Amino acid sequence: MTTTATSTSPARRVSSLLGWASLILVGATVGLGLVLPKTQEQAEYSRLIAVHPPAAWASYVAVGVAAVAAIGHLVTRRASWDRVTIASLEVGAVFTAITLATGSIWGRPTWGVWWEWDARLTTEALLLAVLLGAVALRRSLAPGRGRAVITSVAALATVGLLPVIHFSVLWWRSQHQVGTLLSPDPASNADNPYIVAMLLGFVAFSVLFAWLVVQRVRIEALEEAYDEVLLDRAITDRRAEARPASEVPV
Amino acid sequence: MWADAGLVAGKDLRIELRSRVALHQVLPFSFVVLVLFAFALDPDRDVLQRAAPGLFWVAVLLTSLLATQRSFAIEAADGNRDGLRMSGLDPAGLFLGKAGAVAAQLLLLEALLLFGVSVLYGIALRSFGLLALTCLLATLGLAAAGTVYGAMSFGLRVRETLLPLLVLPVLAPVLLAATRSFEAALGGAPRETFGWLGLLAAFAALYAVVGLFGFGPLLEES
Amino acid sequence: MTLAVHLRSAVCLLGRYPALAGVDLDVRVGEVVLLAGPNGAGKSTLLRACAGLEPVLEGTAVVLGHDLRVDRRSVRRQLGLVGHATSLYDDLSVLDNVRFTVRARGGFEGSVEPALVRLGLDGRLRHVPVARLSAGQRRRCTLAALVACDAELWLLDEPHAGLDAEGRDLVDQLVGDARDRGRTVIMASHDLDRASAVASRQVTIEAGTARRGPSPVAPVTSEASGVG
Repeated sequence: MTTTATSTSPARRVSSLLGWASLILVGATVGLGLVLPKTQEQAEYSRLIAVHPPAAWASYVAVGVAAVAAIGHLVTRRASWDRVTIASLEVGAVFTAITLATGSIWGRPTWGVWWEWDARLTTEALLLAVLLGAVALRRSLAPGRGRAVITSVAALATVGLLPVIHFSVLWWRSQHQVGTLLSPDPASNADNPYIVAMLLGFVAFSVLFAWLVVQRVRIEALEEAYDEVLLDRAITDRRAEARPASEVPV
Repeated sequence: MWADAGLVAGKDLRIELRSRVALHQVLPFSFVVLVLFAFALDPDRDVLQRAAPGLFWVAVLLTSLLATQRSFAIEAADGNRDGLRMSGLDPAGLFLGKAGAVAAQLLLLEALLLFGVSVLYGIALRSFGLLALTCLLATLGLAAAGTVYGAMSFGLRVRETLLPLLVLPVLAPVLLAATRSFEAALGGAPRETFGWLGLLAAFAALYAVVGLFGFGPLLEES
Repeated sequence: MTLAVHLRSAVCLLGRYPALAGVDLDVRVGEVVLLAGPNGAGKSTLLRACAGLEPVLEGTAVVLGHDLRVDRRSVRRQLGLVGHATSLYDDLSVLDNVRFTVRARGGFEGSVEPALVRLGLDGRLRHVPVARLSAGQRRRCTLAALVACDAELWLLDEPHAGLDAEGRDLVDQLVGDARDRGRTVIMASHDLDRASAVASRQVTIEAGTARRGPSPVAPVTSEASGVG
C-alpha cells in the first residue's frame, strides 16, 4: 500500500526544510546577481551567469537522478522509484527550458540575434525535445506497472543519449568557431564575485531541484492513492452487479 | 535467440517482398523529398551541392520513420497486437529480427538514394568505403532506435503521431554525425570521419543494448 | 487430479475497469469447459488472463503449472488462444502463416500439412494471401495453426462466430479430437446448444465473477463426435 508524504511527519519536515532552503538560496543568488557590478562587454546581461549555468547543471542532475531512479525501479519494481523518475524527468524539462531561455537572452547582446546554434544551447534544446517526448509517452499510458517500466526504459535511453548528443554537437560547433561565447569558464569572467554568484547558484538550484522533485513525487503518490480508491470502488460495484450466491467456486 | 531473429527477419522481408510497400511507397517518398529540397533551395547548383550530405540524411531519417511505422503496422493488423506476444518468440530475438529487417530495407533504399543524390544534385561520389561504413553504422542506429521507440508506442492508439515526436529528437545526433562524416569523406578529408563514425557506433551500441534487454518488457507492458 | 487452470479471486483490469472482479475457477486437465454469460461479462478477459496476456492484479492464477502473477510469458508456448481477431499476416499465404506460427513455437513442422488438410485449406487455397480470404476461411487458418501447434490448453473465444454450418461442425470435431487426445479446452460461446454437446461442464460468467452452471444432460462419450 502506498504511503503519501503528507501523512508522515519526518518526510513533511524534510519537504518544508527543502522549501525554505531553496527559497532563501535562490533569493540570495538572485540578489547577488543584481548587486554585482556589471562587466564591460555584456552590461546587465552578465548577471545571468548566476542563473544560466546553474540551470544547465540542474538539468543534467535531473537526467542523472532519473536514470538512477529508473534503475532502482527496474531492480526493485517498487513504485516509489518510478515516481522519482517521472518527477525528475518533468522537473528536468523545466530547468532545461529555463536554461534555453536564459541562454538565449544572454546571447542576444553578444550575437545580436536570439539564437546562434551555440554548442551547449543546442544540446539543451535537443535534450528538451527528448524529455518532452518521454513525458508525452508517460502521459499517454494508463497507470500501472507497465507504465513504470516504459518510463524507466525511456529515462535510461535519455541518459545514454546525453553524451552522444553532447559530443556530436560540440564537435559540430568546434568546426566553426573557436569556443562557445557562453563559456561558464570562470577565466573568461575572471572577477571573484561572479564565481561566487555562480557557485551559489549551483547550490541554490540543486536544492530547488530537490524540493520540486519532492513535491512532484508527493503529487504522484496522491494521484496513485486516489486511483486505488476509485479502483476498489469499481471492483465493489462490479461485484454487486452479479446476482447473489455467486461466490461458490466452480 | 538468433534462430528467432532469423525467423522474424525472414518473415518481415518476405512480407515486404509480397506487399512491396517499401518499393512502391517508401522509395518514391524519399525521392520526392529530395526533389522538394531542390524546390525549396536555390536552384543554383552550388547550394544544393554543399547541402547535399545533410539533405540526403534528412531524407533517410524521414524514410526510416516510415520503415519503422510499417514494421509495427504489420503486427497490428485487425487491431490485434497479441500475435507477437502469443508467438512464443524470444523478445531479444524479436528485436534483432525486426530491427534487422528494417536495417536491410534502409540500406537498400540508401544505396538508391545515394545514386539519386549524385544525379539530382550533381555530387561526385568518392571514398566509397567510408560512405558505405557511415551508411552501415548510421542505419544500424536508426533501425535499433526506431524499433525501440516503436515498441514503446506499440500499444497506443496515438502511435502514428507520438512515434515521430519520440524518435526524431533522439535521431538528431545520427543526422549530425552521418552528415559530417559524409562531408569529410566527400571533401577528401577521410581522417576526420573517424570521430563521427565512433559516435555513430556508440549510438548504435546504446540502442542495441536498450533493445535487447528492454524489448521484452516494453512489448508486454505497452 | 491435475488442474490445468486454477483461479481464486482473480481480479483483472482493462485500463482501469475491473473486467474480472474476483473469479474462482478450476479446470482439470482433459476437461472441456464452456464459458457462458452475457456480453460484457468478462469471458474474453478471462480467456486472455489465462493466456497471460492480461496481468492478474489480485488473487491466485496458476495455468499449466505456471504462476501467472510471477511470470505470465512462459506459459504461452503451451497454450493456444483463438479470439475474434486473427493473428495472421495479411500479405503472407495460408501456408506461410501456419508454418511461421509453428516454427515460432519450436513445434514440429511435419504437422503443418495434416492440419491444413484437416481444416480444408489444402490445394489451391494454401498459397492464397490471407488478405484475400473470407472471414470464415481466415478463422480456419487460425484454427489450422492451433491444431498444428498441438497446444496443451486451448482457449477459444466464440470459435463458431462467423462460420457456416460446415465450419461449426468442424470446430466441434476439432474440440472433440483435442479432448480425446487429452487436451484441455476452455471455450466461450453464445451458441449454447451446440457448445454444450461437446463440453463436459458449463460455467456462467456474470459481471466479472464465475458461478456454477447447469451441466449438459448428455454425458460426454469417448467417440470422436462433436455433434449432439
